Amino acid sequence: MTVDRALFLHLGLIAALLAFHFVAPAYHHTNIARIMVLAIYAMGYNIAFGYTGLLSLGHALFFGSGLYAAGLLAYHADGTAGIGLIAGLLAGGAVAFALGLFALRTAGVAFMIVTLMFAQAGYLTVLYFGSYTRGDEGIVIPKAGRMLASLDLSDDNTRYLVALALFAVALLVNLWLARSPRGRIMVAMRENEERSRMLGYNPYTVKLTALTISGLYAGLSGAAYALMFGYAGASLASVQYSILPLLYVLLGGAGTVIGPFLGALLMFYLIDYASSITDAHQFVTGVALVLLILFAPKGILGTIRERGLKWLP
Amino acid sequence: MTAAVLALTASGLSLVFGIMRVVNVAHGAFFMLGAVLAWFVSEWVPGPAGLSFAVALVVCPLIVGAIAAAADMAVLKRLNYEPEATIVATIGLLYILEQAALSFFGPDARPVPAPLDFRIQLPWFGYSGYKLAVIVGAALVLLMVWLILKHTKAGLIMRATQIDRDTARAFGINVDRVYAGVFAMGAGLAAIAAVLIVPIQQAHYLMGGDPLLLSFIVVIIGGLGSLRGTLVAALIIGLGDGVISTFFAPTLAKILATLAVGLILVLRPQGLFGKRAA
Repeated sequence: MTVDRALFLHLGLIAALLAFHFVAPAYHHTNIARIMVLAIYAMGYNIAFGYTGLLSLGHALFFGSGLYAAGLLAYHADGTAGIGLIAGLLAGGAVAFALGLFALRTAGVAFMIVTLMFAQAGYLTVLYFGSYTRGDEGIVIPKAGRMLASLDLSDDNTRYLVALALFAVALLVNLWLARSPRGRIMVAMRENEERSRMLGYNPYTVKLTALTISGLYAGLSGAAYALMFGYAGASLASVQYSILPLLYVLLGGAGTVIGPFLGALLMFYLIDYASSITDAHQFVTGVALVLLILFAPKGILGTIRERGLKWLP
Repeated sequence: MTAAVLALTASGLSLVFGIMRVVNVAHGAFFMLGAVLAWFVSEWVPGPAGLSFAVALVVCPLIVGAIAAAADMAVLKRLNYEPEATIVATIGLLYILEQAALSFFGPDARPVPAPLDFRIQLPWFGYSGYKLAVIVGAALVLLMVWLILKHTKAGLIMRATQIDRDTARAFGINVDRVYAGVFAMGAGLAAIAAVLIVPIQQAHYLMGGDPLLLSFIVVIIGGLGSLRGTLVAALIIGLGDGVISTFFAPTLAKILATLAVGLILVLRPQGLFGKRAA
């Protein structure tokens, strides 16, 4: 019974997004496509932070890896979008795995600082190799590099549908993971690491797996972002982009499958709305962070789940 | 010169971490705020540069300290100083402060006139008198912090709170007030450092990034929360920074520095010279 309800809800969201494709005004159409790509990133972040309890401040490194894997391939090696997406996915996962090998020896605050430092080093590396990456200015990906087989990702409609397809796969994999035994072990690590260890699970490998999966998501999202919007710049690998998924997840609800999407959706439109009345949108981000951590550390869906909808995965 | 200012900034960070166990990501923003306020003071206070500088040196740390204390009481206290939540909150604070500086101060870098304008001319090289004064001033402030911590009642209370918050509370110490004071003091130290450096380096709303990174490095190398280690590390890094940047491009130097911090934290979490577990 519960199984059907949760699956039904998630399929419903995907159906709703598909329906939106046919009725949406152009402006919101593009926005939602962007939000879906960012939501994949946030879902990945949520797998590390929300489920496993790994508060990372360095996810921009994984997002940036995917972004540049796809971007540089298309720009310098005439790669196509299919290769770019796969390369981005693998790059994000590989970098996350490599970072995890080191960083997971630490926990808590030290883990946050270590990930922050490595991500900052990654961002600076992008700037350092400015002759290839064009640094802050960024690279504009040629149209030929944005072809996914015969699909042109620079076309609005194709872009939306491909984003939706990627989002749907990511969402369902996330749902499956959250309800699988492995997902349960991840939550166990978050709740009580010592007890999980006593029960025979190795915290290090569980966390490393979670971080790697998280990196795969972030890398895929980065690659999709580069290919769909045709641009890869250093600012997309900066600290700001490590904070964004944290913000989305905190707002939507850490440890929920739909939470990252909801958070991305609300935050995107909040900043969008704020930018229309003032140019101080960073202020909105800052205030949102402080208010969320103060008054609603569980986020919207986390609170709803607590208040009754216990079956929410 | 760099070492002196760095030591001031880093000691603020170290103080806050040492006593409150709070990693203050907004520390660089407090530094920036000090510099920006110094510019405002130099604009509004008439008369010679020396006078406005003296005013800035007193007023800026007080304002920054007050903002920090308010932030502590309004936000950090409610989070119960839970380490991860406070980091998220100070990131939020960083955004708010940077945006405030951008909105009210603007995106341009602006100079503040130096209060002293003479050079000490030695036979083999000349040295700016102001830089020398900064070193002396920074050393004096640090000495004062040291004396306060070791030899006054306030310092005793701070150290008691550091060792055992609950016992300190049981002995009638108002821990909340101590924390607010320490957070304000840490931010104030960053502000003093900023006021001192602003005649040499212009005020800019994004200037907090580098001092934050360097302070992190200093505090981590010196051993988290150990003030003495912080001072030694600041000297080494401050002097070393010049050496490193003559050999490497600045970006590469920063890459190496950030990687070093990450690796040191992984391999020696108690810091290079720290003895206690962090």
